[in-house]
Amino acid sequence: MNRAPVYEYLLITGIGVAALLIPWLLPNFITQFTFLWVMVVFALTWDLLGGQMGYNSFGNVLFFGIGAYACAVVQRDSGLDYFTALALGLLCAALLSTAVSALLGAGVLGMRGHYFAICTLGLGVAAGEIAGGWEYLGAGSGMVTPQYPGGIGERDLFYYFLSLTITGTGFFTLRRLYQGRFGLAINAIRDDEDKAEAMGLHTTRYKTVAWCVAAFFLALTGGAVGNLIGFIDPRDVAFSGATFGVWMILMAILGGKGTIWGPVLGAAVFHLTQELFWNFLFGWQRVALGALIVLIVVFFPQGILGWVRETWPQRFGQHVDTDRQGGEETR
Amino acid sequence: MDNITILVDAPILLVQLLLDGLLAGAIFALAAYGMALVWGVMNIINVSQGEYVMLGGFVAVLLAEAGIHPMLGVPLAALLLYLLGWLIYRLVIFRIVDRDLFISLLATFGISILLQQLANQMFGADVRTAEGELGTSFLFDGMVTIANIKLAAALIAVLTGGALWLFLKKSRLGQAIRATAQNARAARIMGIDTDRVYATTFALNAAICGAAGALVAMTWIIHPYFGLVYTIRSFMIVVVAGLGNLLGVIAAGLGLGAAENFAGFVLGVEYQAAFVFTLLVVILLARNLLLGRKRQYLK
Repeated sequence: MNRAPVYEYLLITGIGVAALLIPWLLPNFITQFTFLWVMVVFALTWDLLGGQMGYNSFGNVLFFGIGAYACAVVQRDSGLDYFTALALGLLCAALLSTAVSALLGAGVLGMRGHYFAICTLGLGVAAGEIAGGWEYLGAGSGMVTPQYPGGIGERDLFYYFLSLTITGTGFFTLRRLYQGRFGLAINAIRDDEDKAEAMGLHTTRYKTVAWCVAAFFLALTGGAVGNLIGFIDPRDVAFSGATFGVWMILMAILGGKGTIWGPVLGAAVFHLTQELFWNFLFGWQRVALGALIVLIVVFFPQGILGWVRETWPQRFGQHVDTDRQGGEETR
Repeated sequence: MDNITILVDAPILLVQLLLDGLLAGAIFALAAYGMALVWGVMNIINVSQGEYVMLGGFVAVLLAEAGIHPMLGVPLAALLLYLLGWLIYRLVIFRIVDRDLFISLLATFGISILLQQLANQMFGADVRTAEGELGTSFLFDGMVTIANIKLAAALIAVLTGGALWLFLKKSRLGQAIRATAQNARAARIMGIDTDRVYATTFALNAAICGAAGALVAMTWIIHPYFGLVYTIRSFMIVVVAGLGNLLGVIAAGLGLGAAENFAGFVLGVEYQAAFVFTLLVVILLARNLLLGRKRQYLK
């Protein structure tokens, strides 16, 4: 197991302290920061499959949507008071979503490459279409989540800390997973799945567990976001492939896939840019989003952290052999 | 499930649904043939496939609104989309031909979002159709009705597919395309300009999709967001038929058209898109199971 350098602990502490102080330092931007934490979960959970395991899922938004709907249905039908219902809803959301991912994983994760990508794309859209026609879930008009019992300021604060908790738990869980045997196993799957299997790794089991972890945190976020927005639309909120679904991928790649800090950085950069400049685009945001994907994927696929690592490999504990011409890297 | 009883009571409706489905399927097969071409030659799954269909449809719609019969939109859409395909190849695709599949998937996915949102900005999100009334034919004493435009569209789809097949078999460029598909490196050694072959293939695919889109706009509806369904349909057809299997593509296309039409009738139109995507997942899972069985057998 690699021991993390000191500055990483400093960074985590710094971000943690800042995160706790933000509601009082920047009270006007608390909703934006709530969404920043949500974005971090999106990017991290996508990277768990896309970056660390080499399985590019286009449909992770499926679990987000399942979480949002499951939580809202429990809140609607349980008849408990607000906070108990919310807690129960989040629990059910996480369990249902994990169960779905485990069931699907056994079949879907057996596919490779193109087939997995297109299949997950289909899953995400199919879920949106089914939810859009299902009366129990409010069909095309969506669901409204219950009113928060306290004031607006208190509500913002509550959801800020809820999403911060989810993000924090998710971050440390993934960090711990990547440091141990599990991280090595899924990296082996990414590098060469057949060899990993030949070495005796039960690849399907590892892949399914990874998907379940992603689904678990996405469902929690889904439940929280559904309540935060207050309204769940089947195609524009819950299973919104064109916004959340694409953003996850974009943020993870922008930051640098296959690292723990890359998605965090990517989410921060993307969310900040979006909040600052998006409004100047007057409805052309999604056009810009498409162009941005093409540009990043074609010209900058290594991401910010990947670029930093290529430029200053010494900083990342890689020995650079300067004697050889061209400075070839040796690890 | 009320609709099933209707089917049992009036079996002639089956013929109606089957015919409508088959006529739609001919157009699906055309778009799928384009996808198989790009997949086979360049090893790229073009996720923006459906967007070319959508843009081709808008060409026909704009023509029809200008008072010109949308049938003329078929060659025009093919021409315009050929140019667009060429442009996209020169701007983006040539950079990703040799790179890993993740990059080509995501890049074409980005292109698809870009085109879809551009269309949304330029033409609006309304559902449109190109009016090109040609009258209606009646079969079985008027029990089954068929819009002539659908017949014409299916005929054009078949002719376009045939022309493409002839082009690939007989013309020099077509042979170069097939050679590149078999072995790009060997083709390069034999003096084939593979870059040009790739550009032509990609542009040709866009043109085919454009023609298919114009046909769709005449016979059904289009709007900026329906591209993905066509991408998925094409992908499904190619997966079922296999690469380079023209007859298979036609059969799978017709089958999908008919299946979708029945499902749309039985489940209700609001579930038709859900049916397509669910069918995709089912087909891929079944394929995976079959492959898994094969692998176990070898052991």
